[in-house]
Amino acid sequence: MQVETKISINGKDYEGEVEARTLLVHFIRDVGGLTGAKVGCDTSQCGACTVHVDGVAVKSCTMLAVQADGTSVTTIEGLADDGDLHPLQEAFWAKHGLQCGFCTPGMIMAAAKLLEANPSPSEEEVRHGLEGNFCRCTGYQNIVRAVTEAADAQKEGAE
Amino acid sequence: MYPANVAYHRASSVAEAVELLAENEDSKLLAGGHSLIPLMRLRLASPASLIDVGRIAEIQGISVCGDCVCVGALTTHSTLASSCDLQSACPIVPEAAALIGDPAVRNRGTIGGNLAHADPASDLPTVAVALGATIKATGPNGKRSICAGDFFQDLMTTALDDGEVMTAVCLPAIQAGQGMAYAKMLHPASRYAVVSAAAVVTVEDGRCAAASVAVGGVETAPAKASSVEAALTGNALDAGVIACASAAVADDLAGDAIDDVFASGEYRRAMAEVYVRRALTSAAERAG
Ligand SMILES: Cc1cc2nc3c(=O)[nH]c(=O)nc-3n(C[C@H](O)[C@H](O)[C@H](O)COP(=O)(O)OP(=O)(O)OC[C@H]3O[C@@H](n4cnc5c(N)ncnc54)[C@H](O)[C@@H]3O)c2cc1C
Ligand code: FES
Ligand code: FES
Repeated sequence: MQVETKISINGKDYEGEVEARTLLVHFIRDVGGLTGAKVGCDTSQCGACTVHVDGVAVKSCTMLAVQADGTSVTTIEGLADDGDLHPLQEAFWAKHGLQCGFCTPGMIMAAAKLLEANPSPSEEEVRHGLEGNFCRCTGYQNIVRAVTEAADAQKEGAE
Repeated sequence: MYPANVAYHRASSVAEAVELLAENEDSKLLAGGHSLIPLMRLRLASPASLIDVGRIAEIQGISVCGDCVCVGALTTHSTLASSCDLQSACPIVPEAAALIGDPAVRNRGTIGGNLAHADPASDLPTVAVALGATIKATGPNGKRSICAGDFFQDLMTTALDDGEVMTAVCLPAIQAGQGMAYAKMLHPASRYAVVSAAAVVTVEDGRCAAASVAVGGVETAPAKASSVEAALTGNALDAGVIACASAAVADDLAGDAIDDVFASGEYRRAMAEVYVRRALTSAAERAG
């Protein structure tokens, strides 16, 4: 069944008929042409597909595009501000928070919401907040360092 | 994998959802989708149509009236975990909700979907049984209430009829002298419950006047631990009494235990005693 669906992704509207079974992540990648959000698993566990739907972190592989009809989605491509990398993007780069990079878009989108809710998380809180995001390369140490560094940078920026 | 082809209808009210369920053969309600969509992706479920209840405002939110906390079926785990009203009126629910999956799962998953799905590894069914919650449903024949003890029948099987929509879950508010706690052994990858226990104790004059304990993850539906409850009632809740009563859980779990690659039935039974003890210890402390 085809369903008329309109989703704003990073401020741009994408509209058309999609099959009801289309997952939001496929809408973002195939209709939006934005390939930052990845599909890393079939079990909703890895978090590589994490995006923000109306400001809330969501696994876009576990939401139908039709469920997101009328919403505003932000993906990793929408995080930089006019070419200036987001503090998390800077910090993942500076602290080597990635190796292959497959988990990184989801990791950063989840971390962005974590820092919004808790601007000064402890190491444990960072690990807890990223429970839904798997990384098969880094062993997480540098990811935690990157998120902590971004938290510090955001606080300095705000001062 | 892509889910199989499916038709999609969005309901704007409970009445419309009931109508759509009746009109569409082999249809399934879709709430947060965090149990149903994974099953559809694995093609373990392939309903002919989905009735999306995710935007029905009348079944969202939390309201406290007197001795009852009414939680709309569509209330998300995140909302449960962060609700101040629930924290004061029924603190075991936010405690358990905060342990569900991960933040993104909690942002989408709902209490109604969690209870209706009746996965033995879920958290809220065990809590609902220990609390003696009441599940409200609306169907073609009108409204009815089902107590949690009768609701969970078997693996992913509940007392809801195919044509019914769960609208709310009514939780008894905490009383003076009561303490409640949830203890969970998390599966390290999925964070589902391998074994869990929910306990509510009432202490009067230093002794346990009433206790309600439920165990999840061992049998196909949450098990009420009546032997544990009997061993507590009338006694001061010290460590010895709690340990003795927790050991009695073996008598309440005499049926077939879930046995899989991660945890054998024997292991689950052994852990049930440990988690009942932990839940009771916290509940007794909180009862003061
Ligand atoms: C990675 C991951 C980890 C998870 N970890 C946990 C965990 O640790 N603990 C835990 O308890 N759960 C866990 N879950 C499951 C999660 O809590 C689900 O959100 C929940 O079980 C189902 O709620 P939903 O709103 O997503 O329901 P859906 O997936 O939309 O629906 C589930 C079922 O309930 C039915 N249904 C939904 N709403 C209603 C209603 N109002 N009336 C009647 N029937 C209805 C549907 O038809 C369907 O059969 C996890 C899920 C994932 C993906
Ligand atoms: S692709 Fe793995 S959680 Fe979405
Ligand atoms: S950097 Fe390779 S999976 Fe995380």
